[in-house]
Parts: sequence; C-alpha cells; structure tokens
Amino acid sequence: MEWYNLTIDGCEVRVPKGTTVLEACRMNDIQIPTLCQDKELTPSGACRLCVVEIEGMRNLPPSCVTQVAQGMVVQTQNTKVRAARKVILELLVANHPLDCMTCQKMGNCSLAEYAYEYGATGEIYKGEKRDLPIDSGNPFILRDPNKCISCGKCIKACTEIQGRSILDFSFRGFDTQVGPAFNLPYNESDCVFCGSCVSVCPVGALTEKKMVGMGRSWEVSKVQTTCPFCGTGCNFDLNVKDGKVIGVTSNPDSPVNGKALCVKGRFGMDMIYSPTRLTTPLIRKDGVLVPAEWDEAIALVAAKFGQIKKESGPNAIAALSSAHCTNEENYLMQKFMRAVIGTNNVDHCART
Amino acid sequence: MAENKRILVCAGTGCASSGAHKLIDALKVELKKQGLEETVSIVGTGCQGFCEKGPTLVIEPEDILYTSVTPEDVAEIVATDIMKGERVERLLLVDQVTQKPVSTLSEIRFFAKQHRIVLKNCGVIDPQKIEEYTARDGYAGLQKVLKEMSPEEVLEEVKKSGLRGRGGAGFPTGLKWGFCRQTPSDKKYIICNADEGDPGAFMDRSVLEGDPHSVIEGMLIGAYAMGVDEGYVYCRAEYPLAIKHLEIAIRQAEEAGYLGNNILNSGFNFKLRVFAGAGAFVCGEETALMASIEGKRGMPRVRPPFPAVSGLWGKPTNINNVETWSNIPHILRNGAEWYAQFGTEKSKGTKIFALTGKVNNTGLVEVPMGTTLREIIFDIGDGIQNGKAFKAVQIGGPSGGCLPESMLDLEVDYDTLTKAGAMVGSGGLVIMDETTCMVDIARFFLNFSTKESCGKCTPCREGTKRMYEILDRITKGKGKAEDLDTLENLALTIKATSLCGLGQFAPSPILATLKYFRHEFEAHIFDHKCPAHACSALLSYTIDAEKCKGCGMCAKNCPATCITGEKKKPYVIKEEDCIKCGTCIEKCKFDAITRA
Ligand SMILES: Cc1cc2nc3c(=O)[nH]c(=O)nc-3n(C[C@H](O)[C@H](O)[C@H](O)COP(=O)(O)O)c2cc1C
Ligand code: SF4
Ligand code: SF4
Repeated sequence: MEWYNLTIDGCEVRVPKGTTVLEACRMNDIQIPTLCQDKELTPSGACRLCVVEIEGMRNLPPSCVTQVAQGMVVQTQNTKVRAARKVILELLVANHPLDCMTCQKMGNCSLAEYAYEYGATGEIYKGEKRDLPIDSGNPFILRDPNKCISCGKCIKACTEIQGRSILDFSFRGFDTQVGPAFNLPYNESDCVFCGSCVSVCPVGALTEKKMVGMGRSWEVSKVQTTCPFCGTGCNFDLNVKDGKVIGVTSNPDSPVNGKALCVKGRFGMDMIYSPTRLTTPLIRKDGVLVPAEWDEAIALVAAKFGQIKKESGPNAIAALSSAHCTNEENYLMQKFMRAVIGTNNVDHCART
Repeated sequence: MAENKRILVCAGTGCASSGAHKLIDALKVELKKQGLEETVSIVGTGCQGFCEKGPTLVIEPEDILYTSVTPEDVAEIVATDIMKGERVERLLLVDQVTQKPVSTLSEIRFFAKQHRIVLKNCGVIDPQKIEEYTARDGYAGLQKVLKEMSPEEVLEEVKKSGLRGRGGAGFPTGLKWGFCRQTPSDKKYIICNADEGDPGAFMDRSVLEGDPHSVIEGMLIGAYAMGVDEGYVYCRAEYPLAIKHLEIAIRQAEEAGYLGNNILNSGFNFKLRVFAGAGAFVCGEETALMASIEGKRGMPRVRPPFPAVSGLWGKPTNINNVETWSNIPHILRNGAEWYAQFGTEKSKGTKIFALTGKVNNTGLVEVPMGTTLREIIFDIGDGIQNGKAFKAVQIGGPSGGCLPESMLDLEVDYDTLTKAGAMVGSGGLVIMDETTCMVDIARFFLNFSTKESCGKCTPCREGTKRMYEILDRITKGKGKAEDLDTLENLALTIKATSLCGLGQFAPSPILATLKYFRHEFEAHIFDHKCPAHACSALLSYTIDAEKCKGCGMCAKNCPATCITGEKKKPYVIKEEDCIKCGTCIEKCKFDAITRA
C-alpha cells in the first residue's frame, strides 16, 4: 500500500493513498463537522460544512470529497475555516423552525450540536422561512419538510441501499424540497417504509412516528439485538425507556445490515406488547384452541408423528419451514426430517 | 443592373420575430412581379448580428444594409436599389456621430471594427444548405485533417493555437482534449454545450442557427483528435430554430458522407445527435448537463473525477461550448499561427459579445481578444442612447460584474476581466447609463441566481436567497448599517464554499458593485437616497409652490389620494401616504412636481 505524509493543523500524519482528507482527520482524532456524509453512502459534498483550507487550493475544499496528496498541508480549525462553517450553519438555522423543545430529534440532532458549537443562532440572516405542510399520513414516518436541510442522505439511502429510488430533490434554489415524486405524501408513493431514510436523517425532518413523545434521547437506553423476524440476522437497537421498548433505531455498527432494516424490523417491534401475541403453545381440544404447557404440546406432536409414520410410512409426513427461522434452525429441521422421521419431504417458504 | 444580386434577409430568431418571414414572402412576390425571380436570389440567413434594428437585409455584391425593413418597403427597395442601383435612404442606418446615413457594411461602425471568424458565415449563407457552407471552405478543415494529419498532430495544432474555452472559464481547449485523449477506454463521448442560459447572451444560438455545419465540423475534428465516435449537442429546448437547423445540417452531413461510418473513406466513424435541454440554467454546468442527458435531475456533482476521466455514462467525455467548437475548423483550415495572431498573449483569437442595454447599436459583436471596452461600447456600439452618460458595463451575466467608467480602457480578455472582478463568462455586455441603479442591478442578477441555484449545496441554496433579501431591503430604503459587512462576508463565503460555478460566481455582481460603487449602497442605506433615481421606494415627490397653478390634476389622478389643496392655490403631497407611483408627475402640465 502506498502511504502519503501530510500535515493537518501542524501535525504530521501518514495515511494510505486514496483516503479522503475527512477520513485522514478522523483517523487522527481531529473532529470535522459533517451533515451530508455517511460511510454507507457515496459522498456528495453537498452540505459544505466539512470545508477545510488546503495550501495551494483555490477556495475552501470540502474534506469529505478531497483526496489526500503527498505533502498536503491542511488547516481544519483556523479562523477562516471556522468562520465559513459558521456562516453555513447560520444559513441553515435561519431557515429552520427552531421548535427544538418539542422536536423528537432533540439531543440527537446534528444541526443543533454544531449550531451550539459554533454559536449559530440564525439571527443574522433572518428572512423568509419555509412553511410547508407536514406529511403525517402514514403510521411509521413523520416528515416535516420545514426541518429538512437538503443534505440528500435520505435520497441516497433509498437509492443506493434499498434500490428503490422513491426520493429525490424537487424544485430549485430556496424552494428545493426532498421527497417522493410529485411531492406526494409517503403513503401515496411507492415507499415500502423500510425507514432507511429516517435512519440517516441528521435532523428532525424524518422521525419514527411512534416514538414521538415517548421519550427524550437521553432517557432512552439502547439495547443491541438481532431481529427476530427472519433469518437474515439484522441487528438494531431496541430503544428502552423505563423498562419498556418504545421503538427501534438503526445501529450503524451492525455487521450484517449496517443502518438498513425492513419495515418489520424497524417498525414492527410493537408486537412485543400485542395482546393477541401467542405466549404458549395451543392445543385444539373439542374444536377449541386451549393454552398448553410445552411438554404436553411436544409430547402430543411426537405421538402423532409416530402414529402417522407407523400407519402410513415416513413419506406421509412433510415439513415446510419458514424464513422466520435462522439458518441453524432450518438445518435442524431438515436433519430431523431425514434422520428421525426418515423422509426427504422438506421445503422452505423462501425456496422459490 | 440587377444581375448577380443576392438579397440576404436575416431570418434568425430576433428578426424572425420582428417579421422576417413576411418580408421574404413579400420580396419573392415583388421580384416575380418585376420578372427578376431568375436573376436575383433571396437567401434567408442566420443572425446578421444587428438584432436591435431588425428585420435587416443585405444586398450583395455591394453589401448594402437596410434596417427595420417591412413588407411595405419591398416595392421601393426593388425599384430603387435592385433595378436602379440607387439607395433607399430612409431605410439606411444613421451614424450617430455624423448624423449621416451610411449604406455599406464596411462604412457602418458596428461592422467595421469587428473581426468575424466564428460569425464569418452567419448572416451570409443559407444555413439550411450544406453546399453554401462547403462553397465557403466548409469541411475543408476536416478533409485536411483526415487526409494529412494524425490525431496527435491535430491536438498539437489546437494547443498551439492558444484557443481557450468560450463557455466561460477559458480553460485551454488543447489541454482539455489531451486529458480525454489520454484516458484509456473502449468508448468516449464529446459534447457540445449549447445550453446558453445567461440572460442576455445569444451568440451560441446565432452560430447554431446561422452556421450549424461549423459546429459539426469542429466536433468531427475534435472526435478524430480524441478518438471518439459519438457525440451530443445539448441544446436548450427554448431554441427550436437552432435545433431544427442543426438537425437538418446533421442529416445533410450524413448524406454527404461527413458523418457516419468510414467518413471520407478514412476509416473514421462519428455519430452525432441533438439532445433538447431540460430548461434549467444549471444544466449548462458540465456535470449537471451530463446527468441531464442520462435522464437524471440536472444537478452538478463534485469534480474530480473530471469528465475527461469519468463523464457521460461513466465514460471519458470532452465538453466544449458552441463557439469553441466553431473556432476549430478555422484553426485547422488556416493553421495555428494564423489564429494565434489575433488576441492577446494569453487569450488568443476572437470573442463574440452580446452587446445590449443603453447603447445605440445592440447585437452580436465579434472582436479580437484585447479590444478595449471603449472600442466595443463607443465605436462598435456607437455610444450611449439619447446622449446620456455612461455609468457601467456588466460583463459575464450573473457570474460577472459591473465595471465603471475608469475601466473602459481595459483590454478585454480572460485574465484582465477576472482580475477586475468581472468575467468573460458567456460574453454578455450590458451597458448602463446614469439612470441605472447599481444596487438594483446587483439585485436583478441575484434574483436570477437565487432562482436558478440547483439547491444541492447549502451556501448557494440558502445564501443567494439571503443576499437577495439584503439587496432588496436596501433598494427599498430599509437597509441597515451593518448590511454591507454582512453582505460582503456572506458573498465571500458563498464564493469560497459553493460546489459549482453557479454558487462560486453568484456573488460576483455584488462583490464588483461593492468594489466600484460602494457609495451607491451607502447612499441608499444612510441617506435613504437612490442616486440614479431608480429605486421607487426612495424617491420623494414634492410640488413646487411657485410653479403650481393649483389646477388639481395631480390630486385628481393620485391613486393614493395623498395630494390635497384648494383650486388656484399650491397643492401639497402628503409624504407618508405617497406610494411613489409617479402619476402626478405625468399629469402635471406645469412641471411643478419634482422627484428626488
Ligand atoms: C451554472 C453554470 C452554467 C453554465 N452554462 C454554460 C452554458 O450555457 N454554455 C456553456 O458552454 N458553458 C456553460 N458553463 C460552463 C461549462 O460547465 C463548461 O465549462 C463549458 O461548457 C466547457 O466548454 P469550454 O471549455 O469550451 O468553455 C456553465 C457553467 C456553470 C457553472
Ligand atoms: S429529510 Fe433528512 S436526510 Fe433527507 S435531505 Fe432532508 S435532512 Fe437530509
Ligand atoms: S453551487 Fe448552487 S447550483 Fe452549484 S451545486 Fe451548489 S446549489 Fe447547486
């Protein structure tokens, strides 16, 4: 591997060729603010908050899309750079609702975090603000376009991770909006509610609707778990407040899925508290399903299987397993059918 | 007498909209009536450049120019000029300095000081006939290249010519071609950028309408040099005539064997197609343009990778402007040395400017690089309309800046203009006189950039809007003391942090006016006065008691009913209620009302 030496804020660092200036900074614990960058998405260089000064370069290049070069001299915190970032933050804040008190994103909002650091109040560029209708027509995603900072991450998550391309920019300039085609509400678009857009939104423009009002980010503890819905093995964080799961958020470090999830994993966890959820095996007695103990249920199944096999032979029994099960469970199922029952009649719902 | 005469009627978009087609029909009828239809030919040409005075026509071989011609004038032109060889004086142009009519093109200042290379054929040939192009050495450059030169030699020639891109930034064309040529790939593209979105610029349209084959020939030569077999012309959809002429020209070139496979038996293949643009200024930016061809929203992306490495459909691509391509055949036909004799040390050749605003002659002007602004405005443009004083010239449209009188002797080229805080840009030159408010002009261009920003990056999307708001409030007399600092700081930040040229140069009109006309901003903010008397909110109307005869006409017509008085006694305007509409001034017969 080829390595480059460069100077960042006066410190000599060594990074592999092909690294961006932003990555080089992060490798060396230098904090650079970003709003449109995400390691799972292709870089767009749109928010311009990560600008730095690089000797010999015209203007202030964005570090997220500038590759390191041998001998590069980078300034990430000088007055000029910080002043430019402040102007950008002032511009974003000037066109933001600032209803942080009731915003679900409070405590977890990148814009608020940087505005605090840079002291951007939005006063200096006070002027026209957007006043767009809120999209709350679906049960899962609450979309407040007035809070959108047009970072474009949701568009990329939808296109690049989910491959659905439901979202894009519309209109131009100050009137730019982000959303489904023709600015339809989510529920009238072809959205499948995987919520990948929500997982990348740095502000309160896209939030998990069912979590609104259920708890502040600092009251919530995150419990990483594997999704029980299918065998893919996606990980996510259960958001727990006062011992109760209030929702699910992506865990960016999930080895299998990163931030991506499907609608069931992300928005289906309220089934935990469903009153109609099955909690014991049921045995039909006199035409009615009656709760039973596991031992009783398993004994009953074993007896019936034995009887069928004896009367009609092992090929009278077949098993169909489910995508709900893990690979290991599916393996055990076929092993059981072949070795214990003695038939090759095995199938799986996801086979076709 | 009438033998071998040709009547060249301008049928470019400008003259077509002022009635050129009716004029052509009337000429046909009249010539037939006089039995001259065999001896005198009528040619509908592309733009002759003198749009202000359209429809225009030129009678060859004497090169007599008639302006503002209507079908009613036709009988007289045929009887007097064509048949008797005399001039129809009332249709000749009047020289603003000598106040005498001038007849031939070489006498007319507007044309005399121009040097037409790219516009050589515009207004002279019928753009819908390939034989008219070939009769004037058309495709000779291509023939020479395919027969006698290797691609490397062509590239060298273009480099030696010193040609720089006419699309705005002035990047050396040969160098750019070299990048594309170097990138190994099984497929490459070239693109002609005909999106021409700068308000006021129309040279690309005129070249495409008036001489489409020159662009095709330029692209063929470029394709050969770069090893490319497919090209696009991205032409804005608002140019239907240009698209039509281009499509006709492509078909004719295909039939003549200049386009297609095995061109002129050389083994070289090239396919060219026209793509109608998507209607946004930003689609003229090269990466947005390519996204638009690919069917995506026209939004710029960060570079690198540059198009020469990864362009259209991810393939190496070279993009040049219409005027750039159109220069190429001339360079290859006449040689790089010939071309490099025109212009300045670092900006070679000629440049077409679109001269508009408060100047006597408006239209397209092609001059060698290095011509001074004074020559363009006062010689070619014949000075300021109505004898008013020159105030400023806005160069380069919304990405350029306003230059004051002290800069009139600046020799115009890429580097001098950039240094002065303006830009060659697409070559728009808007002339302003003493009645133009510089704050208002900056506001006008900002309004354009604000609306055309693609919305991708924060400084341009949000910042242009805020700059516009500040300018707007200054022109309304609501400017604050700190506004100039806020404006300047914001402008510099947007310039330094925006993603593409639109945002990087959107602040230029402000920065240049702040540099040269700061006093006008200050007058608005601190004195609540617009020195040019152009910002209506800052005017105040007063009735001179001495001159007022007490007729009451002003009061009767004031829509705000803020003028009171008794008959035969001086009337008074109630300042707080005045809406500054100016009706009273128009109605007063005694010049008793002043606006200041
Ligand atoms: C906002 C924006 C608009 C542009 N519009 C045009 C245009 O209408 N025509 C054009 O030729 N170049 C335009 N350009 C410049 C192109 O990006 C590109 O540099 C040019 O076409 C290259 O051609 P050249 O090297 O021949 O100048 C524009 C650039 C920007 C940033
Ligand atoms: S909705 Fe969120 S993720 Fe999408 S563009 Fe707006 S701020 Fe970015
Ligand atoms: S500078 Fe303006 S036009 Fe260019 S990418 Fe940014 S928002 Fe779009």
